[in-house]
Amino acid sequence: MAEILIKNVAKHFAGHTALSDINLTIADQEFMVLLGASGCGKTTLLRIIAGLETASTGEVWIGGRRIDHLAPRDRGIAMVFQNYAVFPHLTVFENIGFGLRMQKRPHADVTARVEKVAGLLHIEKLLKRYSGELSGGQRQRVAVARALAMEPDVILMDEPLSNLDALLRLEMRAELKGVLAESRTTAIYVTHDQVEAMSLADRISVMHAGRIIQAAAPIEVYRNPAAEFVAGFIGNPPMNFLPAAAQGRGRWLVAGQIFDGPDHHGPIKFAIRPEDVRPGDSGLAAQVRLVEPLGAHLLVTCMIEGTMFRAVLDSDLSLKTGDRLTLTPQPDRIRWFDPATTLAVA
Amino acid sequence: MSTRYLPYVLILPTLVFLCAFFLYPFALVTRQAFGTGDGVSLDTFREVTSYWKFPISLQNTMLLAAAVVPVQLALALLMATMVNRMKKGRDLVLYVWTIPLGISDLAAGIIWLAIFEQSGFLNSMMLGLGVIDRPTAFLSYQHPGMIFLAIALAEIWRATAIMLVILVAGIGLIPKEYYEAAEVFGASPWQRFRKITLPLLRPSLQTALILRVVLAFEVFAVVAALGGTIFPVLMGEIYAYQFDLQNGGAAAALALIVLGISIVFTLIILRVLRVPKGATI
Repeated sequence: MAEILIKNVAKHFAGHTALSDINLTIADQEFMVLLGASGCGKTTLLRIIAGLETASTGEVWIGGRRIDHLAPRDRGIAMVFQNYAVFPHLTVFENIGFGLRMQKRPHADVTARVEKVAGLLHIEKLLKRYSGELSGGQRQRVAVARALAMEPDVILMDEPLSNLDALLRLEMRAELKGVLAESRTTAIYVTHDQVEAMSLADRISVMHAGRIIQAAAPIEVYRNPAAEFVAGFIGNPPMNFLPAAAQGRGRWLVAGQIFDGPDHHGPIKFAIRPEDVRPGDSGLAAQVRLVEPLGAHLLVTCMIEGTMFRAVLDSDLSLKTGDRLTLTPQPDRIRWFDPATTLAVA
Repeated sequence: MSTRYLPYVLILPTLVFLCAFFLYPFALVTRQAFGTGDGVSLDTFREVTSYWKFPISLQNTMLLAAAVVPVQLALALLMATMVNRMKKGRDLVLYVWTIPLGISDLAAGIIWLAIFEQSGFLNSMMLGLGVIDRPTAFLSYQHPGMIFLAIALAEIWRATAIMLVILVAGIGLIPKEYYEAAEVFGASPWQRFRKITLPLLRPSLQTALILRVVLAFEVFAVVAALGGTIFPVLMGEIYAYQFDLQNGGAAAALALIVLGISIVFTLIILRVLRVPKGATI
């Protein structure tokens, strides 16, 4: 059992706060992705869990044991680094076996474990090579194998795929998911790539400015963003926002159209994902600014009452700049946000 | 001028300089060592190696190198690791530690002579503290161990910094991710030093060791100042052949022997500390 508990963790560097009041529980065997733009504190949080950085305040618990005062090697973790950190002076075999050698395991034990994980990651033929003789993808596999060979309670990954080219990243992503599911370890995975986050995660923690804005299942984060930041950060293109004016209890005027919404005092924003609108007879009156055919669909950028709005529409439609059309939002996909708190309003 | 020839033109001055002041004298020395008037022979080599002072000066030179270089290596590694960990004042400490490099070796010898001689600092201090009743002549033939120690100390004080500078630069080239990875995968500080720093430092260790070992075989001025004729070394013998005995041929032969020893040790160091193909940072 390796449940991870992060309690009130904060990190201050000279003159700025990297993390403030992080509280997060990661279940045993869960795959948690920390997602955010660079500088949001996700890597700092990972390094605090790893023990490579010390939290200014707060506690970290793994498997019911408080570990924030322990050295990294006593925490039962293994880590995959962004630039792999595959030791150049050791062969692939010795790299994968490095942690086991440090534990002074018998040679037969080391060999068995190394060969097993090497087979898992299809690098059994490279065991005698040095890192200088490997491609980026192979080095990545060595780094993952080295972590898995430890059979750790928790595996930490810091943007492990970001240095690979697009095709390889796709392939490794799928493989990583399979291998980690099989290993039954708890995983924390840092990335700025939302597609990677969506495809891998059991849960995503969206981070911004040193805080966790939302921690939920990928589809929940996508469908029901807890804050405007999440709505704008997740999804490509991001969610559209339009100003709404109150028209009595729970009724809101958006771009000349009345919608049923929450019973809320004060100003509110209407939000909808680009793929959740269809051209129709009634709805939001839009003027097309730009049409980008993307094969499977059209990405249409238009203006609705002076606000930019993106729609993902069927590629059969023939549209050109300057056309006028009416976009009908799918009623159950409409979301509302409070501009004052930026939080979602139910 | 076409850019094709430019590189050659640019290295020409260095080439001319090396030929005029290195290769040509080297050829002269070689001829002097092997030539005895009529043709090529090894007579001069036989003469110098059969002289009674040759084995003792060879032994002294080797012993001194064997005592000094390992201590310097250990010290330089320790100092380089310390400097590398410093966040503030790193440059200042490095400058202070490298001051002895700016002092000529004869001056260094004289500084240590001022400490160890009969009216030196060490005697005055021990006398003042009442440890001894009257000054001792530490650097006399009755105390060969003391002479050896004084020379070794002076050499360590004087020439450790050259290794330090090379090793500091080398350690700076090792990415810190390797240390973090080693730490996460269970290496203690000592294991990180042995399993990460030392192997990744091999290229710098090679340079530093070759430089230091070759210079150790050429030790002369410090020995002359502290040991005089009581502690003969190879370089001192070369000097004696050339200037006291006016025997240029013998001096040349002995110089070539020192060169040979240096080449052998250089090759050994290169071999022992080689980096396998594909295993560089």
